Amino acid sequence: MSASSTAEAPFVPESKVGRFTNFVDERVGGSGILREFGRKVFPDHWSFMFGEVALYSFVILLMSGTFLTFFFDPSMAETHYQGSYTPLYNVDMSVAYNSSLNISFDVRGGLFMRQVHHWAALLFVASLSVHMLRVFFTGAFRKPREMNWVVGGVLLILSMAAGFTGYSLPDDLLSGNGLRIIDGVIKSIPIIGTYISFFLFGGEFPGTAIIGRLYVLHILLVPALILLMIVIHLFMVVVHKHTQYPGPGRNDGNVVGYPLGPVYAAKAGGFFFIVFGVVALMAAAFTINPIWNYGPYDPSPVSAGTQPDWYIGFVDGALRLMPGVINGWHVEQTIFGHTLTLNVLLPALVPAGIIFTVLFTYPWIERWITKDNREHHVLDRPRNAPTRTAIGVAGFTWYCVMWAAAGSDLIATHFSVSLNDVTYWLRTLFFVGPFIAFFVTKRVALALQRKDREIALHGRETGRIVRLPHGEFIEVHAPLDEYKRYKLVGFESPLPLPAQPNGHGVVTRSEKRRAALSKWFFEDRVAPATPAELEAAHAHGHHETIEAGADQKSLSH
Amino acid sequence: MGNHSDGSPNHSGTVATAGQNEVEKFQDPGLPPHRLRLADTDPVAAKRAERQVAILFGISVIGTLVFLVAYFAIDLGKDSTIATIRTQNLLLGLGTAFAMLGIGTGIVHWAKALMPDHEVSEERHAIRTEEDRQAAVRIVDDIVEETGIKRRPLIRNTLLGAIALAPLPALAVFGDLGPRPDNTLAHTMWAPDGGKLKRLTRDPDGTPIKASDVTIGSAFHVIPEGLNELPEGKLNAKAKAVVLLMRLDPSSLNPSAGRENWSYNGIVAYSKICTHVGCPVALYEQQTHHLLCPCHQSTFDLTQECKVIFGPASRPLPQLPIAVDAEGYLVATSDFKEPVGPSYWERDEHERLINS
Repeated sequence: MSASSTAEAPFVPESKVGRFTNFVDERVGGSGILREFGRKVFPDHWSFMFGEVALYSFVILLMSGTFLTFFFDPSMAETHYQGSYTPLYNVDMSVAYNSSLNISFDVRGGLFMRQVHHWAALLFVASLSVHMLRVFFTGAFRKPREMNWVVGGVLLILSMAAGFTGYSLPDDLLSGNGLRIIDGVIKSIPIIGTYISFFLFGGEFPGTAIIGRLYVLHILLVPALILLMIVIHLFMVVVHKHTQYPGPGRNDGNVVGYPLGPVYAAKAGGFFFIVFGVVALMAAAFTINPIWNYGPYDPSPVSAGTQPDWYIGFVDGALRLMPGVINGWHVEQTIFGHTLTLNVLLPALVPAGIIFTVLFTYPWIERWITKDNREHHVLDRPRNAPTRTAIGVAGFTWYCVMWAAAGSDLIATHFSVSLNDVTYWLRTLFFVGPFIAFFVTKRVALALQRKDREIALHGRETGRIVRLPHGEFIEVHAPLDEYKRYKLVGFESPLPLPAQPNGHGVVTRSEKRRAALSKWFFEDRVAPATPAELEAAHAHGHHETIEAGADQKSLSH
Repeated sequence: MGNHSDGSPNHSGTVATAGQNEVEKFQDPGLPPHRLRLADTDPVAAKRAERQVAILFGISVIGTLVFLVAYFAIDLGKDSTIATIRTQNLLLGLGTAFAMLGIGTGIVHWAKALMPDHEVSEERHAIRTEEDRQAAVRIVDDIVEETGIKRRPLIRNTLLGAIALAPLPALAVFGDLGPRPDNTLAHTMWAPDGGKLKRLTRDPDGTPIKASDVTIGSAFHVIPEGLNELPEGKLNAKAKAVVLLMRLDPSSLNPSAGRENWSYNGIVAYSKICTHVGCPVALYEQQTHHLLCPCHQSTFDLTQECKVIFGPASRPLPQLPIAVDAEGYLVATSDFKEPVGPSYWERDEHERLINS
């Protein structure tokens, strides 16, 4: 719009579109919104796409899920199957399972929609998890984004809840056994467990109420909460503006990237269609949850080699790892005439409890250790925060051991090893794995930092071997240009912060503890190369340096 | 906000950098110079990119048509086979995939090849300014002052009390979600009905099993007589009553005191519901006489009264006392002597109740 309009002569649009736009604009103030956001700058990096994938798969879930609700009937009343899948003809089943079969075989496109929905659900939790890993390893959770990290954690839990409540709806044999496991876990809760079980199932397992109740949670309550959290999440992203990777021209005071319109909007908008396309491709070619193979729920049969959907796997794996009897001592105990089922309660609650507690509190833990109260908008490259990266990989390893345990039987059959041995190994890794992971990761991160230093000071290897006049062979190193060098040297490497006295001049015990943790956090460090060091490296008479060629490879993250 | 209208990195190099005055650090050289793409300088390349984008959009149109043809042309009539459904699913999916990927890759290619690719820099603003904070504090003070809540503690305290209590009905109203737990978990359908012992019948057809049918090494999935005829609650009853029946060499059974007559000629019956979290313990390893739960791999040893020898279960599977009736059919002489399935808080209490 031109700036010719003045207070005296109101703007008069000329075209039809202009008149329509102006009508809306005068009533909602769209110009101001566009002025604020139309050219807002977004940093670009491939690792920023995971959050987008999560958002887009949620949109796909809403669309495909709405289609499914038109045909699904969440009733547990008994019926005889009369549909077109002959192997189950006339079999007794619940109305819910019957309608799931009808969606698969008698509604055109129904099977496709079911598969889109299930694949999108798996992708939703997966992309959300990977997004959280990205945020953790780059330190994006630091001030001012701690609360948004917590919102993300809540979204992770909600996505698992959405997945779980949906998984059970078809009332097939596999999901029914899954529900029975949940019932067993709930019953292990002291004092109130049996009550919760009876309230959830409307009496004894399986009852006739559970599918309808899960359905309401799945299509109404949980998605509404997810939507609310997404709104809060994105609102905070707008308030904070996006983080950016370190590099020349990027600092905590600016944001470098593409303007929303047109480039960023086009890339992000186009990406939605790509995510949708990939999900559609998976739904077209790869069968997911073939409920017709499992049959209706019946408490007697079970199929071997069954796993829950991947995101519940770590809890199932923890259940498998826990021994029920240790050296003749029964983990299930009777205390004061009541049964305490610790062999179920501990693995079901403790690992998940630890993971989520650490996840939610980590930004504050690190802030307390480092006493770093500054705002951070430039991300850390994971190698430049070795202890944090090591903590993250240790936690990730712990999770993965439990996750692998959920497939212990399949590991045993596929690799022809003893099932018991697989369990013994995984039990060992459960305790040892995180420590190995921590140590190895920290060393790798420090080694990568040293490599960066080496490259910053001595240039990159060119692969060109040159023979000097006195017979020595050397490899020619090419110096970096200042932009690439800055990426390798432009980071902070804090020293441990010793204990500080408080206002009364007293060094408290908790402050001493903090100082010890700070030492543990920052003790092993590789300082970024300095201009003086570069000067010294050059003064050493490195004949091998040549002019930076145009073919110089760019260093990626 | 910076002026981005020309798309130039006009902030580069001029923005203040933290620690810039430290000599010991490398200076931020600012944004690297912008490199032109092929399409920026070569009109032929630009035209080619334009055509590529159009082709991608064209692929999307074809994908949409494929979907519509697959939807309307393939008939899912009564006599369609599973192959028809597979074909239709594949074509619907491929159609959607190409329709979406065509649009998506087209737009992204357009953005990457033809739209300006200058990275621009924008200042960040303080999330909270001190001026705003002071203004907000003043507003809150004024609001608190106008309500007078500090001066009138009676209002404040009664309000807090009312608000604290008000959600209680919202909790209480869910009281009828389910019945209170009673002794139902302690009993199964195997309890003799009016003195008549229940026969062991095959799952799922319900035909009774003769002791002579059970050969050594065989295993039967068993339900109680009358289960299939239940007018309602069939699954609830079955979820507790399913049993595994096996015959071993009698000498390999080592019954404990009181259980000597719970088996018949080496035929034993155990609850099929795992004492861990309730999966059916469906795998009978004939050679080792082990029962394995496929869900979490709890392993029970039949020769030791289904004692747990591996896995997360902590309690043996409950044994069903069986005998043979006058016609040679297997019957349960009583209900299980302990609650079946996963443990629960009141389990021990129920076990004492059963045995009293």
